[in-house]
Amino acid sequence: MPVYDALYDFDKEVKHILTRHEQGAVHGAQGYARVTGKAGICFATSGPGATNLMTGIADAMIDSTPLVCITGQVASPLLGTDAFQESDIVGMSIPVTKWNYQVTTPEEIPEAIAQAFYIATTGRPGPVLIDLTKDAQFGELDFKYEKCTKIRSYVPETHVDPHEVKAAAELIDAAKKPLILFGHGIIISRAEEELKNFIEKTGIPAAWTLMGLSALPTEHPLNVGMLGMHGNYGPNKLTNEADLIIAVGMRFDDRVTGKVSEYAKNAKIIHIEIDPAEIDKIIKTDVSVLGDARKALKMLTNNVQPNKHEAWVNEFRKCDAIENEKVIQKDLYPTKPGLTMGEAVRIASEKTNHEAVLVTDVGQHQMIAQRYFKFKNSRSNVTSGGLGTMGFCLPAAMGAQLGAPDRTVVAMVGDGGFQMTIQELGTIAQNKLPVKIMLLNNNFLGMVRQWQQLFFEKRYSFTELHNPDFITIGKGFGIEGHTVDKREDLESSIQKMIDHDGPYLLEIKIEKEDNVFPMVPTGASVSDVILEP
Amino acid sequence: MRQEYIISVYSENHIGLLTRITNVFTRRKTNIDSLTVSESAIQGIYKFTIVVQCTQAMAIKLVGQIEKQIDVLKAFYHTNDEMIFQEIALYKVPIEPIYESDTIETIVRRAGAKILEITKDYVVIEKTGHKEDTQALFEELNQFKVMQFIRSGRVAITRDPIERLSEFLKERDAFLTSLD
Repeated sequence: MPVYDALYDFDKEVKHILTRHEQGAVHGAQGYARVTGKAGICFATSGPGATNLMTGIADAMIDSTPLVCITGQVASPLLGTDAFQESDIVGMSIPVTKWNYQVTTPEEIPEAIAQAFYIATTGRPGPVLIDLTKDAQFGELDFKYEKCTKIRSYVPETHVDPHEVKAAAELIDAAKKPLILFGHGIIISRAEEELKNFIEKTGIPAAWTLMGLSALPTEHPLNVGMLGMHGNYGPNKLTNEADLIIAVGMRFDDRVTGKVSEYAKNAKIIHIEIDPAEIDKIIKTDVSVLGDARKALKMLTNNVQPNKHEAWVNEFRKCDAIENEKVIQKDLYPTKPGLTMGEAVRIASEKTNHEAVLVTDVGQHQMIAQRYFKFKNSRSNVTSGGLGTMGFCLPAAMGAQLGAPDRTVVAMVGDGGFQMTIQELGTIAQNKLPVKIMLLNNNFLGMVRQWQQLFFEKRYSFTELHNPDFITIGKGFGIEGHTVDKREDLESSIQKMIDHDGPYLLEIKIEKEDNVFPMVPTGASVSDVILEP
Repeated sequence: MRQEYIISVYSENHIGLLTRITNVFTRRKTNIDSLTVSESAIQGIYKFTIVVQCTQAMAIKLVGQIEKQIDVLKAFYHTNDEMIFQEIALYKVPIEPIYESDTIETIVRRAGAKILEITKDYVVIEKTGHKEDTQALFEELNQFKVMQFIRSGRVAITRDPIERLSEFLKERDAFLTSLD
């Protein structure tokens, strides 16, 4: 209450968005952070308000997103008494925060807030939580704010060691079949230009993780596509043929590596990473370069010889041709009746000139969107990677739109995830955020259904959804929209959505058994990627 | 290969840090055999001594994840032979059977233990040593039906000539200044 009372006097200086649910607030803050690189901020009241933030905090932790979450708390004399709306949010959030702190006196506030922003945004970013007791909020102090620039026990990044760079450069110069894997670290460190320079000087093909998407333009000749479970055929297949893997700002997630014991068997491994705890965590490295990706790549580029790997790059293109024939054409330009997710994604990308911010939820539509949406600019892909949080899309899109007010934000969401945070349509409407919501509706929890189809003999156990009339719901919130179910209307419908002044909800009825391929089955090696069932 | 490791952690003294540190073990389903926390030689810096059974690979990961915690200054892992360590044990033994036996004095003397307190009902004996030693004394004293027995967590120092904490802090300060 006291914090909000103070906000009443600062409505010009502080832009505050009232969400309908605290989960909406935290995902909104994430969306904002991801497109701006700045810390997203959210408030929640004590007890249930605070616990409702938890999913978003966990999501931000695993996806290295800077957040400052501020929660209310009962007055300090009541701590530990099971008072009304008391929850031990500091205790509960320990495993999912980079740092948290409970403030019980007003004098602690300036330093705690300064440290919170410093910790959230430096090194490997992450969420921090400050819990403010009611008496600390009511108290008074002589306010003096000093920016935090260092903490004795915290080393955000180390200086890049020139010896490590030299050792890496030697491996790179000697490699015949090198492959670059880049992740979110490129975007966090703003190392897009350095990555491009490195790739172009060495001629090494580069593949991206889900979180690294948009750091390198889709059409770059050395961009060979997406890694992992639903990634492209080439980078998965050829990981096991590469003689050198150069991993930058990524953490060898299990969706990327497949079966670890068979991963990149023929390759030496270079790992460029800011977080020392990631080195050798999953994959044993031959050379590790600790530090900021931008600085490390700059040094590395200066130390390597110019090179070309045309025959090797050509192997990726051969794989692309196979994937194109077996999967991509059918997804993007289907001839059978029934709309595919792929064609909807392709048209949305084309109609926005590949310049939109894409925000996705989790599931089939997410994988399809990551595979087929094209990007020219970095910080354009907002998705829940590590945690895989359904319900992420709609509130994250609203935060992304606030962070990038002049860009088109396309929120691509499935019918399952949409209904998890659908109430944020109210926030979008109230704040007139012109988010373009593309609801890919197959009336199923599609990814689970796909697995049931492929691995559980089509036993569709509790994955079918009897959905409401989404357009009426949107209209109830004051958001225009319509439904499309015919191929001949798809393009004009997407155009209408994009041209609409303000938020718009386009429901696209998708073929029920539209699946995502290629696929690395769980527990299989990445080179055992399959192209069709 | 699983074996016993001693993990030493130097940290700031902040509320909640103990949970943060133990949580690193919980998440990796690693049981803590013993845990001792106290202020180090430098005021305000606390030392955790944690004993675990795990592989070396796991010990390295645990230390990496512990050091990642914002309020942790430094963490190390050591095998037992790299450290000098002790635990303390207290035994409360009823007085009556002791009166009837003449071996107690020999047992205490041979074990290098000492008697802390004698009352009309019991004797309290203290022994410092490794777990095997304190356990052996327990077995021996139990012929008199030990009433209470308690063993502390481990305290340990490295075999290195000096504790390098103050140098480490100086280096850390210089490093942080170099980042400005």
